[in-house]
Amino acid sequence: MTLTSFLTIIAIVFVMFNTALVGVLAVIYAERKVLARLQQRIGPSRTGPWGILQTMADAVKLVLKEDVRPAESDKVVFYLAPLVIFTPIFMLWAVLPLDSTKVLSDIDLGLLYVAAILGLSVVGMVLAGWSSNSKYAMLGSARSAAQLISYELPLILSALGVGLLAQLYSDTPFNLSEIVRAQLSIPFIFVMPLGFVLFMIGALAETARIPFDIPHADEEIVGGAFVEYSGIRWGTFQLAEYTGLITMSVLASILFLGGWNGPFSEKLTWLQPLYLMSKTGFIILLTFWIRAPLPRLRIDQLMAFAWKVIIPISFLNLIIISSALFTGKQLGISDDVVKGIIALLSIISLLLVTYFIGRRRRKRLNNYRARWGSN
Amino acid sequence: METKAEVVKSANPDMAELRINMGPQHPATHGVFRMVLGLDGERIISVEPHIGYLHRGSEKLSEGENFQQITTLFDRLDYVSNFNNEWVYVRVVEKAMEIELPERAEYIRVILAELNRIASHFLFYGTYGLDTGAMNPSMVGFRERERIQEVFEAVSGARMMHNYFRVGGVKEDLPDGFVPAVGNLLDHLKRGYDDARDTLTESEIFIERTADIGKLSAEETLDYGVTGPILRAAGVDYDIRKADPYSIYPELDFQIPLGSHGDCYDRYMVRMLEIEQSIRIVEQAISRLPDGPIQSKVPRIMRPPEGDFYVHGENPRGDLGVYLVSKGGTVRPYRLKIRGPSFSNLMALSSMLENVYLADATVILGSLDIVLGEVDR
Repeated sequence: MTLTSFLTIIAIVFVMFNTALVGVLAVIYAERKVLARLQQRIGPSRTGPWGILQTMADAVKLVLKEDVRPAESDKVVFYLAPLVIFTPIFMLWAVLPLDSTKVLSDIDLGLLYVAAILGLSVVGMVLAGWSSNSKYAMLGSARSAAQLISYELPLILSALGVGLLAQLYSDTPFNLSEIVRAQLSIPFIFVMPLGFVLFMIGALAETARIPFDIPHADEEIVGGAFVEYSGIRWGTFQLAEYTGLITMSVLASILFLGGWNGPFSEKLTWLQPLYLMSKTGFIILLTFWIRAPLPRLRIDQLMAFAWKVIIPISFLNLIIISSALFTGKQLGISDDVVKGIIALLSIISLLLVTYFIGRRRRKRLNNYRARWGSN
Repeated sequence: METKAEVVKSANPDMAELRINMGPQHPATHGVFRMVLGLDGERIISVEPHIGYLHRGSEKLSEGENFQQITTLFDRLDYVSNFNNEWVYVRVVEKAMEIELPERAEYIRVILAELNRIASHFLFYGTYGLDTGAMNPSMVGFRERERIQEVFEAVSGARMMHNYFRVGGVKEDLPDGFVPAVGNLLDHLKRGYDDARDTLTESEIFIERTADIGKLSAEETLDYGVTGPILRAAGVDYDIRKADPYSIYPELDFQIPLGSHGDCYDRYMVRMLEIEQSIRIVEQAISRLPDGPIQSKVPRIMRPPEGDFYVHGENPRGDLGVYLVSKGGTVRPYRLKIRGPSFSNLMALSSMLENVYLADATVILGSLDIVLGEVDR
């Protein structure tokens, strides 16, 4: 590697890092504003016009705060943990194609790289929880580990479905850029809506957002693994959290919503990042929307949901795609028909699953309505 | 010095117990309540509640105040249902001195106390939503409570510590435009109630979190001396407004919502349905609100006759009783004993917390709806 290419990479990383920082500030501001509107509040409105500088002010406050370390904590690990959480999430950005040309490392096994790196941030959580020598933090990190490992499976299995489907278009179907190019005609959300739903559930759990925010659970373990952190170290955790949210949303738009594809995106390449950004923004908005009204699940319910419902359905999703692809290849059916069959099966199974879960819900609700029928 | 997470052996040598301290500073303990929980993983195997962090000696302080001054201490007992507290206290003095109330004062008291019950239950709704991890309910709950407090402020000049009920009546007459303001308020409250039902009552996750959690049978509730919505959630039909009627409640038409399972969901539902019933009570009372004096003639310096007097009333949290011992001829009570519902209800906590998940602890504690001001007094 020559010096210039090395410096170029450094520069790109620097730019991306700062983009991520600004993105996080924007997302936090948006979350506070959107949540406030959903709850008939105003939200931040005092710092700067419409309160847009509020997050900035909060960040400055965090930087200026005293950096407190519990006396009996493990110093090295305690200081290392925020970085160990943040680094893998940021490393994911290396393979995310931001438009048809801009991708830091266009590797053929991008999807596999994502799957591998995703699992790393849980190490940071465990380190943070263990090193702070606090029981709340320890419980939080144990919950994190259990939850992140459980929900990684449906996340990766549904992403694998995308990889399988991309085989129709490319010889390197795990390359994220190729996956985006494969969605030029039709985004994969329409081909495999079941996979998209599974991926979103997994992503919500992976970023530990309501209703899956059990690792933080303010009302039970008061913030979980971060409970002993203060100042900018705590800020780093928040940064990692929201970078994770952005990364997951970018990943979801790349895998299912067609990434930088959009009307005229072939000709007008400057539109491509805008398309990706708006798709990402839409998914982030979706998570805010989910966050506002829902209560939190309990840890056993969460685990039961993962292992008894989501993971079997993820396998079903994979079976549908792979068997349709296999029979299509054996019988020499055209790709479009295969895609149609997959879409049909996916929609049918999504409807069936929704129906059965919904029926159970209605039954349970009716039970409780019957309890209170007399009043 | 304590070092790494302390693991101690419990009575069962096979079971290592992780002891964590929940409170007095903790977001879900509703004040300064403290629990020392013994955990086995996520399960609670032992619980040791500690109270007393908010002890202000209200009962002892009462012995140093004259009878008009004590009302302020009762405001600060259960600080989210102030009118109900004041009411029970002024009733015990009225009973001791055999004071008859003008009718308008009784109506004003019922209206304000029932509005306060609604406010208290909306606050419960909001905080219970937070206890289960939902954000929206707190906004709905506090929004509706704020509307009620605006009316309270117009009436008494204070949002919480009113000191408005006086022995023999109330402090001053209702402000102009009170009746239409309450009518308007009730419309808002009905809409707020619908909002509340949409966000939490029919949420599947909420039902999963609360149903069959923290069960108390009817026998157990009676054994622990539990009162209020928790007792009625277990199916025991006991509401002092019906069982030992006072004021104008016998003339009003309302029902007592009863649960059947005694779990957290039933407690929640009993409180929610009590909001409906209280709205009905206020509607009836406001439509019949008579004109007339608001204060009967009472001596400026009160000297109740010698004797023991007990009065209790239905507070949002249950049976608040005041036991007054007067030596006769003195301007201060000889002894004033308060029977707080939160305190008695809290006693049932330990039995409910056995062998549940850590996450259930906040749900169960929240369903008791304690106010530490009254527990510690």
